[in-house]
Amino acid sequence: MGEGIEDSELAALRAGDEAAFRSLIRRYHGPMFRLAMTYVGDRGVAEDVVQESWLTCVRGLDRFEGRSSLKTWIFGIVINTARSRRRKESRILPFASFWRRDDSDQRRPTVDRSRFGSDGMWQSGPLSWDSIPESKVLGDETVQHVRAAIEALPPKQREVIVLRDVAGFEAGEVSSLLGISAANERVRLHRARAAVRQALEEYLR
Amino acid sequence: MNCRQVVELMTDYIEGILSTDERARFEAHIAGCDGCRAYLAQMRTARKLTHTLADEPLPASLERELLDAFRNWRRL
Repeated sequence: MGEGIEDSELAALRAGDEAAFRSLIRRYHGPMFRLAMTYVGDRGVAEDVVQESWLTCVRGLDRFEGRSSLKTWIFGIVINTARSRRRKESRILPFASFWRRDDSDQRRPTVDRSRFGSDGMWQSGPLSWDSIPESKVLGDETVQHVRAAIEALPPKQREVIVLRDVAGFEAGEVSSLLGISAANERVRLHRARAAVRQALEEYLR
Repeated sequence: MNCRQVVELMTDYIEGILSTDERARFEAHIAGCDGCRAYLAQMRTARKLTHTLADEPLPASLERELLDAFRNWRRL
């Protein structure tokens, strides 16, 4: 996205332009909601987090200094809001323990070893999806499987794949938003994408 | 490079961060391997499908509340 577009969008928001605000909240709702779900795991709570984040953004618009892009600033607020909400919820729910036991920064084989021969070549390789109708490959039911696969990921992989592939951030932006190294960002992303591919292979066989 | 190594380089390849040498060996392997070619195409499809999760519509009630909040805040 060009910086010029963001600058004029920011100016419109500061001037109270409702159409600009509506377009912003529609554009980012999906990625923000998915990101919030990463931390709180409940649709109702995630919607609350999205709402609270927007209110924080609106109140902070005048103080936003443009050191990051507007989008990065907004998603940083979602992450902070969702994390503090998770801390509150975790006194009630056992959700937080998933984060402590998350080994997502370790490199692990992403494909079951039994699929390769002793020479490391495929024994039962993936079959091309070219013969499956595109309407099925890209259909709603397939998307449901993707959503389920992402929700089943360890949280550290989930936040990276949501920021990269749902919200569309660049690698460097994700590392700085999450405060992780580029190497960890890549390991998490790789494991997450491989898991989504695996889930799709099982569904589309 | 064998298939077991190639699959672990898929993300680095898609991200464009393999060294020139690794990239050449990766592409040489892929050219002759149906399984790894299918795997790479599937990684790309998985990514495209993941992106469609962004399309979740904003509930009308939430949109109204947020627009109200925006309007009120700007007026202060």
